[in-house]
Amino acid sequence: MSSTTTADSPPVLRLSGISKRFHGIVALNNVSLCVRAGEVMALIGENGAGKSTLVKTLTGIYQPDDGAIELAGQPVSFGSPQAAMDAGVTAVHQETVMFDELTVAENIYIGRQPRHGFPPRINWPLIEAEAEKLFARLEVSLPVRTKVKDLSVAQRHFVEIARALSQQARVVIMDEPTASLSRHEIHELYRIVGQLKASGTAVIFISHKFDEIFAVADSYTVLRDGCFVAAGSLAEIDEARLVSLMVGRNIAQVFPKVERQAGAPLLEVANFCHPSEFDDVSFTVRQGEILGFYGLVGAGRSEVMQALFGLTPAARGTVKLNGQRIHVSSASEAIAHGIAYVPEDRQHQGAHLSLPIVHNVTLPILPGIGFFLGGRGGAETAIARRYCEQLELKASHFGQHVSELSGGNQQKVVLAKWLATAPKVIILDEPTKGIDIGSKAAVHRFISELVGQGLSVILVSSELPEVLGMADRIVVMHQGRIQRTFSRQEATPENVVAAASGAGHTEKDAA
Amino acid sequence: MKHLITHLARQREALLALVIVLLTCAVGLRAPLFISASSLHNLLTDSTLLIMLALAQMFVIITRGIDLSVASNLALSGMMAALLAAKMPTLPVPVIILVAVSIGLVLGLLNGWLIGYLELPPIVVTLGTMSVYRGLVFVLSGGAWVSSHHMPPAFIAFPLSQFLGMTHLVWIALGVIVLTWYMARYTRYGRDLYAIGNAPTSARYVGINSAQRLLMVYAFSGAMAGLCGYLWVARYAVAYSEIAYGFEFTVIAACVIGGVSIAGGAGTVTGAVLGGLFLAVINNALPIIKVSPFWQSALTGLVILSAVIINARSNRKAGRQILPLHLPTRSAA
Repeated sequence: MSSTTTADSPPVLRLSGISKRFHGIVALNNVSLCVRAGEVMALIGENGAGKSTLVKTLTGIYQPDDGAIELAGQPVSFGSPQAAMDAGVTAVHQETVMFDELTVAENIYIGRQPRHGFPPRINWPLIEAEAEKLFARLEVSLPVRTKVKDLSVAQRHFVEIARALSQQARVVIMDEPTASLSRHEIHELYRIVGQLKASGTAVIFISHKFDEIFAVADSYTVLRDGCFVAAGSLAEIDEARLVSLMVGRNIAQVFPKVERQAGAPLLEVANFCHPSEFDDVSFTVRQGEILGFYGLVGAGRSEVMQALFGLTPAARGTVKLNGQRIHVSSASEAIAHGIAYVPEDRQHQGAHLSLPIVHNVTLPILPGIGFFLGGRGGAETAIARRYCEQLELKASHFGQHVSELSGGNQQKVVLAKWLATAPKVIILDEPTKGIDIGSKAAVHRFISELVGQGLSVILVSSELPEVLGMADRIVVMHQGRIQRTFSRQEATPENVVAAASGAGHTEKDAA
Repeated sequence: MKHLITHLARQREALLALVIVLLTCAVGLRAPLFISASSLHNLLTDSTLLIMLALAQMFVIITRGIDLSVASNLALSGMMAALLAAKMPTLPVPVIILVAVSIGLVLGLLNGWLIGYLELPPIVVTLGTMSVYRGLVFVLSGGAWVSSHHMPPAFIAFPLSQFLGMTHLVWIALGVIVLTWYMARYTRYGRDLYAIGNAPTSARYVGINSAQRLLMVYAFSGAMAGLCGYLWVARYAVAYSEIAYGFEFTVIAACVIGGVSIAGGAGTVTGAVLGGLFLAVINNALPIIKVSPFWQSALTGLVILSAVIINARSNRKAGRQILPLHLPTRSAA
């Protein structure tokens, strides 16, 4: 391998010629990579490039069809997740591997709790003491007897990292660990990655965000369509070159923003309040405008949107649509008024994974298509085709189940579904979270087309470039309140981030 | 109101114990005989089979499963134990018990294999085996009853014989309670079951062999049904094909009342025991204060629904506290 990694330490983990097929479809084709002790290697690739399959192969969940894995020079094969863990290869998974009803301490030691006495019984005091030591080492304060269901996403990650540490891991794989972390938590994570590195652990860091990759990793390996593309030191490459390696073509990271004059106020929200989640939220969306909502995770943006869509009964305030006061107390009323909400968590809230594409798209509008099942099929397919073509959905046929699609294409199905309701205002909650660059660009283009057709869009996003690039005005929330509203001209990365973290002048200063 | 229910849910075991005591006292006021020592001992004895089965069912439900076949398994192993004792009256009782437990175990292993290794849904598998096992009782007995005069006296006497002032039934149930409490709290096996119920995929990622754990949990439920099969047949001194008909629902009800989450992952031994005791008190007390058996069924149903409502409330994620707490919340809009 022509790796130009600067570290001189011997490779801890070396894969050569790994291939994996599922029912004849090649997921990994002759993939090789190499990572050294104390090195952070970024594993880069679009969704569907084979990263997750590779991680599962490394952690013993899948067995490779071909190829060899070497750990510290010794050939190994992991027949089970247990075998991989015993050998010192652990993963912090994208969906955190957590047991909600169990305590923090038990989550770290689940499946391998230390025992003592006769008859042998689990040594609870030892488990809790060891867990406390691990968190002390990570300099994280977490009560070890708390049930995991009461933790934040970031705290869950820390529990997983503590678990990896407790296994004397030689290789820690982090699969998009920052996906739902706030800026502060991400820095906390960087610090911990630094500690792992310093202690000689090799880290494989998977992320879609280049700023993170450059901030935290030393080297990179790029996969595309299940194949190894390139590897090397991050010091010798720039973002544009990495992107082109990933996608195999040059995509300019420009946002397809069309400057246009916003029309009359369409949706006016005033003094929107909730007992515990948000307070005194007021904003206006104009015809044909993209209103960005930025803030740290947990700032209350999604909560406001869900309330607007009628999902939160406890919310109070005035909502006007086209100057008419409306009362929305359920999602179906919101849909009837022309408000659509595309939720953040597409797997749980947005898509019906076990249904075919066509039924997903037409679900909210079934009453409008006609009652009799017999006459519906053609109309349904026509509607599904219209929106899916607009979105460049990649699927073999409309009867395909959504669960078989990639993340980006699942998101397109959810978008198509809400477009089919012919909304006036469409609320997109993190529409590009966790999807690859190619799909992102399609979604961005599509948002521009929507406003071109006179729709108004509320774009809730945690990605600063996206908000800055797409929105006409940006509302920044902090701790359940609107901190500031910026026009497109006023907004800079610095002042938007400052507002999100609570600095800057508050529109309503509460002492 | 919401806060009250959430609060109740947190203390549900204490609450359930309190309800049981209050109910017993209230019935005692109407019918003092009910709270005499011998009557309470009878109550305990009556509750034992339900409690033992509920404890095994608890583990099954914790893994997100359900075992509908327990009552049929109980009937089949009980019937086979009775037939065996009738054929070979000289067999000592421990051998009979061992045979009944083994039969139950094998029947449970079949469930466990289908569910764990063939990954079939538990409700369908046990619904099927429920009918199969019940049908086999009929086939084996030819529809005939095995009544007390066919069974050896020692066979019948064992469950209600006393040891240190309590019946064997109560002692066995105590043993099962201690065993299951130990399993649930202090063995990796028990903790694995909670892990599987909480997050089946994650359980795989941390190296838990789910198929094998599921096999064992249904085997345990089956073995318990086998044990209870002998005890039931001997205690009531009769075996027939409709034994314990529909009892699986009482067992599941005891778990639900005791706070075992039907969604899996949560449940305690204390809860399951209290759930079983509660149903036993209801069933024994209501006839004493002359409530019609039809009302008993309806009341049990109401209690189950209340328990489910309390569970649902406690599991519901409360709205996230995003607004800073020290600020006065603006209540008027």
